[in-house]
Amino acid sequence: MLLDFEKPIAELEEKLADMKKIASETDTDVKSAIEALEKKIISLKTDTFKNLTRWQRVQLARHPDRPYTLDYIYHITQDFIELHGDRLVKDDKAMIGGFGKVDGKTIMLIGQQKGRNTKQRQMRNFGMANPEGYRKALRLMKLAEKFGKPIVTLIDTPGAFPGIEAEERGQGEAIARNLKEMFMLKVPVICIIIGEGASGGALGIAIGDKVFMLENTWYSVISPESCSSILWRSWEFKEQAAHALKLTAADMKSFGIIDEIIPEPLGGAHTNVPAMANELKKVILKTIRELEKMNPDKRIEKRMEKFFQMGAEKEK
Amino acid sequence: MAWFKRKDKGILTPTAQKMEAPDGLWYKTPKGKFIHTRELKNNAYVSPEDGYHVRIGSKEYFEILFDNNSFKELDENMVSSDPLGFTDSKPYPERIKAGQKKTGLKDAIRTAYGKMNGIDITIGCMDFGFIGGSMGSVVGEKISRAIDHALKHKIPLLIISKSGGARMMEAGFSLMQMAKTSAKLALLSEAKIPYISLLTDPTTGGVTASYAMLGDFNIAEPGALIGFAGPRVIRETIGKDLPKGFQSSEFVLDHGFLDFIVDRRQLKTKLTTMLKMLEN
Repeated sequence: MLLDFEKPIAELEEKLADMKKIASETDTDVKSAIEALEKKIISLKTDTFKNLTRWQRVQLARHPDRPYTLDYIYHITQDFIELHGDRLVKDDKAMIGGFGKVDGKTIMLIGQQKGRNTKQRQMRNFGMANPEGYRKALRLMKLAEKFGKPIVTLIDTPGAFPGIEAEERGQGEAIARNLKEMFMLKVPVICIIIGEGASGGALGIAIGDKVFMLENTWYSVISPESCSSILWRSWEFKEQAAHALKLTAADMKSFGIIDEIIPEPLGGAHTNVPAMANELKKVILKTIRELEKMNPDKRIEKRMEKFFQMGAEKEK
Repeated sequence: MAWFKRKDKGILTPTAQKMEAPDGLWYKTPKGKFIHTRELKNNAYVSPEDGYHVRIGSKEYFEILFDNNSFKELDENMVSSDPLGFTDSKPYPERIKAGQKKTGLKDAIRTAYGKMNGIDITIGCMDFGFIGGSMGSVVGEKISRAIDHALKHKIPLLIISKSGGARMMEAGFSLMQMAKTSAKLALLSEAKIPYISLLTDPTTGGVTASYAMLGDFNIAEPGALIGFAGPRVIRETIGKDLPKGFQSSEFVLDHGFLDFIVDRRQLKTKLTTMLKMLEN
């Protein structure tokens, strides 16, 4: 699938492929033409991706080909053992987790999981976890803490699921408890927004020593659509809402709400998944190394201190 | 022969002058019961006939809970800035100003400390009248500092929630107030200082998903709407009507997320009894 602003690039890429085919089948000398076209594609890509609007970044964050949590786990771990269930109600398939070996290091990896096709999407509930998902995540974090293993959470959710059973089983309580408990974890915690970071549903696994966002992701208190429907009383103003919410990685970095932006391959994470995963792995290992140098109490103190600074109040 | 003779024809009083009582002297509950506002005030703003708990704000709660309505307010001059330059149908600073003018408040919460039946207590109370009681930087920071106060002086904390959730106009900053307040509550919990969360009508969204659900004691007023997602959103998502009483205090109690429901008229006594039980 192609987004509107991906189309002109795709057209040129198609043309390039044709040209290369001609070159290989005939003796026509098109080498210089190919080079010119390749240059043109790169410059078009660079231009397009440098000037993306906030809404376009939201679209990229939701791109159907975008790598999801399990794709990254597949690429960065040598071994991965998925662990299931919250030990209370059931296993939430919108939230996955388990121990993985990354370059010889054992890490607890947790994240929301979206589906690739209709059947999967339904099974994964579109990446919208129920309370059991948040409780499963916390159970696994405590397990990691017990065995002294660092935790990495990968965030990709359009929100915590708004359903009858979710309310019956305390969606609010489950998220609230995670926020409080994650601050007290004695092991390093790294949180990475890999797609959508919608509100409490995202924050529920996003309290960490370091919080990263991939370049083309969004993180805010509400989705642009819902914001539009509440403030403009119509779904039509989602682009304006995205703009007003200042929800991109660059925005959130400038506010000091996240620590770092992880660059994506030119064209977006989905255009080169192995390269993206490799970059992610490098960042994870480097950050864990740094965090493990600190003593646990100091790490917790710094984790809290960072969040204490976040706010925009003033004294009159 | 009539006793009286009508001199002028028809009714000549203009409609505007036909009011029998000045506006605001009587209160009508949703069930249609009437009560004089003075009586309502003397009854902790609960309708005696049907037990309806009228939505009230920090001024009234402080009056009900603090002895002789005597308290010291914390951070009373804290106001919000406009970190995003947010504009929808009107700019955010104008919304704040309009809210301040309408309510006479600075933002959607007031925090204070004083005595409740002789016990020292810190109270934070949200005001729904101010932009739907929404939680932005001011609410988060004031709660954090109220917790600091409770920690420093080792006195119990009560937060009265009444909110539609996080404030959209501060977007990412509002979201982080959930994290900030939860971190502070973790510290309060470590110090073993009691925290009571009172959920009142309505408590939803990011407030439910942070400090409102993190009490050592989670209690609520009867008939309050309490939930994470709003009923409209849930209805739209699942495409079905919601069961009767869904997301009411009684429903939440029944599902195990509240310790008890308290009638506002007994609130002060019950809180006092409970806190006294925890004393050494």
